[in-house]
Amino acid sequence: MADPKPDVLGVSVARDPSLMTGAVPSKEWMDVPAVFKPGNYCYPGKKSIVEYHSKNFPGLFGEPREWEVESDDWKLPDNWKEIIINGIKERLDKFRSFKIFMDCCVRCGACADKCHFFLGTGDPKNMPVLRAELLRSVYRNEFTKAGKILGRIAGARPMTFGVLKEWFMYYYQCTECRRCSVFCPYGIDTAEVTMMARELLHLVGVNTNWILEPAANSNRTGNHLGLQPHTFKDNAEFLLDDIEEATGLKLNSLTFNRKGAEVLFIIPSADVFAEPGIFTFMGYLLLFDHIGLDYTISTYASEGGNFGSFTNNELMKKLNGKMYAEAERLGVKWILGGECGHMWRVVHQYMDTMNGELQRSLEMPVSPITGTRFENAAASKMVHVSEFTADLIKHGKLKIDKSRNDHRVVTFHDSCNPARGMGMLDEPRYILENVCNNFYDMPENCIRENTFCCGSGTGLNTGEIMELRMRGGLPRANAVKYVEDRHGVNMLSCVCAIDRATLLALMEYWNPNVGVCGVSELVGNALIMDGEKERETDLRFDPLPGTEG
Amino acid sequence: MRILYPFLAVLALVLISFVGAKMPGGQSLFGVVIPYLAFFAFIIFFIKKIIYWAKSPVPFRIPTTSGQEKSLPWIKQNKTDCPSSTGGVIGRMFLEVFLFRSLFKNTKTDVEDGPKLVYGSSKYLWLFGLLFHYSFLVIFLRHWRLFTNPVPSFVTKLELADGLLQVGVPVLYQSDIILLLALTFLFLRRVIRPQLRYISLASDYFPLFLIMGIGITGILMRYFIRVDIVSVKELAMGLATFKPVIKGDIGVLFFIHLFLVSCLMVYFPFSKLMHMGGVFLSPTRNLANNNRMVRHINPWNDTSIKPHSYAGYEDEFREFMVNAGLPVEKELPPAAEEPPAAEEDKPAE
Ligand code: SF4
Ligand code: SF4
Repeated sequence: MADPKPDVLGVSVARDPSLMTGAVPSKEWMDVPAVFKPGNYCYPGKKSIVEYHSKNFPGLFGEPREWEVESDDWKLPDNWKEIIINGIKERLDKFRSFKIFMDCCVRCGACADKCHFFLGTGDPKNMPVLRAELLRSVYRNEFTKAGKILGRIAGARPMTFGVLKEWFMYYYQCTECRRCSVFCPYGIDTAEVTMMARELLHLVGVNTNWILEPAANSNRTGNHLGLQPHTFKDNAEFLLDDIEEATGLKLNSLTFNRKGAEVLFIIPSADVFAEPGIFTFMGYLLLFDHIGLDYTISTYASEGGNFGSFTNNELMKKLNGKMYAEAERLGVKWILGGECGHMWRVVHQYMDTMNGELQRSLEMPVSPITGTRFENAAASKMVHVSEFTADLIKHGKLKIDKSRNDHRVVTFHDSCNPARGMGMLDEPRYILENVCNNFYDMPENCIRENTFCCGSGTGLNTGEIMELRMRGGLPRANAVKYVEDRHGVNMLSCVCAIDRATLLALMEYWNPNVGVCGVSELVGNALIMDGEKERETDLRFDPLPGTEG
Repeated sequence: MRILYPFLAVLALVLISFVGAKMPGGQSLFGVVIPYLAFFAFIIFFIKKIIYWAKSPVPFRIPTTSGQEKSLPWIKQNKTDCPSSTGGVIGRMFLEVFLFRSLFKNTKTDVEDGPKLVYGSSKYLWLFGLLFHYSFLVIFLRHWRLFTNPVPSFVTKLELADGLLQVGVPVLYQSDIILLLALTFLFLRRVIRPQLRYISLASDYFPLFLIMGIGITGILMRYFIRVDIVSVKELAMGLATFKPVIKGDIGVLFFIHLFLVSCLMVYFPFSKLMHMGGVFLSPTRNLANNNRMVRHINPWNDTSIKPHSYAGYEDEFREFMVNAGLPVEKELPPAAEEPPAAEEDKPAE
C-alpha cells in the first residue's frame, strides 16, 4: 500500500471526522474492534528470533511460531487467557506503579490531547486515558469487586481475543514518551502501562520483529545492527578517513577494547553506521582528540540503545548488564555515554538498580580535563556526553569557531527520555548556544518537559507503519515548521540516535528543507583542532559559509 | 446509559431512604445502624486498599522529570518539578496535592487546516477541580460543629469566613454554592466535550450525582426545609460518643442526606475516589530524581540474569577479532582452522 502524500495526509488529519476534529464515534469504544490491515501493524517476530530469546528466558517470550497479524488465528497457546491474567497478577504484585495506575484514573481527560498519536490520528484509543483503559477494563473484571459485580457498567470487560488484538494495536502505537504523565494530576504514566502490556503480550508470543531482532543482535554481537567486531571496527575507522578528508587530521586516539583506558565510551551503534549519526560520531571523536581524553570503545558493549527496554524488564536488564561488565573487564574508571534517548532512560532510571552489583571498581566520574566531579553520577558512574561537553565549554577548554556552523539555523528537539526520564534540558542548549550563532527554540508547549515525540520511538521506526509514524510525528514536525517559517531554521538537532533516523524521515516528509543532526556533530564542526588544515567543508562535506563557489 | 443509570441509582437511593426512614425503626436504621456500618466500612476498606497498594514494592525509581535535573553546579535545577532530595519531593507533592500543579499545566490542542496544531491554555479543569475539592473540604470541616462540644474555634472561624458575604438568613455559605457550581461544571464538561464524553464511565457520573445529592439535601435543610437541628446535633454527638439517641422528629430530609453520605463512604474505597490516597503513592511524583546519585534497591531484582558473557562473545568471534587486530583475552589456538564456536547460540536468519 502506497503511503499518502503529505498534502493528502495533512487534509486528512485536519478534516477527516475524528475525535480530534470534533466528531464523536457512534459506537462505544468497547464495541469498536481493532482491524489490522497492511500499514497499520508491525510484522511479528521471526520464529528463530523468538526461539533465541526463549532460550535465555523460558516462557517470557511465549511459544516461538510463525503467525500472521491479519489472520484470526494467532496460534496462541490454549491457556493464553490464563497466562495473561496470571501475568497481570504477577505484575501487580511486583510494581506498585501498576496498581496505582490501574486504580486511580478519574478520567479527567487532562491527558487526552497530550499524546502525539492521538493528535495525529484522532483515534480515540490513542488518548492515553483510553489506551490505559484497554488494560484497566480487564483488570477491573478480574481484580476489583465493582468490576466483578457490575461488569460493563463499571467499565469492566473480560479478556477476549478481540481485546488482545486491541492491545497489540494500541500498545504498539505508544512510544512510551511519558508526555501524558506530565499532565496527569496523579502522575499516571501510560508509558508504564504500555510497558506492562507489552510484557504481557510477550508472554503469549505476540510481538514484533523490529524489536526482537535488534534485541537478539545486541545480545549476541553487542550492537543492534548485528555488526560483528571487525565490521564494527571497520565502520568506525572508515569514519576516521572522512574526518581526515574534512580536517586534514588523521586521528589516532580511537581504540577498541583497550584495557586500562580511563573512560569507556558507549554509543548507540547506529552512530557508526548510518547518516546522520556518523557525523555525530565524527563529532565525538574530534572532541575527545581535541581534549586528549584517554578513552576506548568496546565492540562487545557496542550498543548504548536498549531494545530490551521495549520488551520486558528482564531482557532490558540482560542487555544493559554489558555496560558494567565491560567497564569492569577493561578496568576503566567510569563510563561516558553518547547521544541516545531511550539508552539514557535505562541508564539514568534503571541501570544502577538492575545491574549495580556488577560494578565493583568503577569510580566517581571526574573529568580529567576540568577536574569536575560529576556528583550527579556518583552511584551509577555514567555521564552523558552533553553533560561532559557542557562542562568542558564552561571551563573554556574547547577552542571553538562558531561561525563554522553559520550555514545552519538550528533548533533543538528534546528527546522524550532525556527530557522526561532524566531531566537533561539545559546542557544541550548550553552547548548549542556556544557552538553556533543561530539557535532558536521551538514554542514552549513543544519543548523541554512538554516535548513531542518523534513519533517512532520504542521500536516503531519500521517502514511498514510509515503513515502512522508520519501522523504521530506531526506535532513535532509542526513545531519545527513554526521555527522554520519564523527564523529560517534548517537544522533540527537532537541527542538521540533513534531521532536521527526517524526525524530524518519525518522532516523529509513534512519539512523537506530541514536536516537532522546530533548536537556533537555541531560541536565537531566548530572545534578548532591543532594542526588542522583550512576547513572548507563541515563534517558532511557541505561547504562552509564563505568558502562556497 | 452511562449517565442515566447512575442518575437513576442516586434517585433510588434517595427514595429508599425517604421511604425507609418513615418505616417503624427506620430512623434508627438510617440514623444509626447504616451510618455506623458505612463509617467502619469506609475506614476498613480505605486502609485495606492502601495496604494493598503498599504491599507491592517500587522496583524502579521512575519520577517523571518535568524540569531541569540536578547536574553541573552552574546549571540551575528545577527543584520543584525535578527534585533530587526528599525536601524537594515534599515540595513537589505539596504543590501536586494542594494546588493541583500538573492540572495547572493543562493545555487544549486543536487541529486546523495546514495541518496546524494549536495549543491553548486551559485552566478551567484546574480551577473548578480546585474549587470543588476545597469547598468540599470546608463543608466537611464545618460539619465538625455537630460532633463536638464545645465547638472548636477553628470551626467557628471557618464558618465566619465562609459566610463572609453576609447574605440571607441563615447566612449563606459560599462553599455550598461553589460546590454545586463546580459539580455542575464538572458534569457539563463531561457531557459537552466530545473527548470527555467518550471516555466517561457510569462510575464517573455516579459520584458526581451522589455528591450533588448530598449537597442539595444539605442546602435544602439549611436554607429551605428546616430540620430539628437540636436533635441532629444530639444524634451526631451520640454517634461520636457511641451513645446514639434519636429524639423528636428530625425530618426525613436529614435521613436522606445521611444515607447518601453513608453511600459515599461505602462507595469510596472501591472506586476511583481512592485517588485521594493514591496521589500520595504515585511513583512518578513521589520519588527524587537522584537515580544516578543514590542506588535504588529493587527487592525482587533477579541476580541470576547475567549479560551475555564477554567470554562467550570472544569465543564466537575470536578469529575475526584477531584478524582485525582487536585485543583478545585468549589467543587463537595454533592452527586456527576450525570455524568460530558457539554457532548454535546465534539466531538463524
Ligand atoms: S490525566 Fe490521569 S486521571 Fe486524568 S484521564 Fe488521564 S490518566 Fe486519568
Ligand atoms: S506515553 Fe506518549 S505515546 Fe504513550 S500514551 Fe502517553 S503520550 Fe501517548
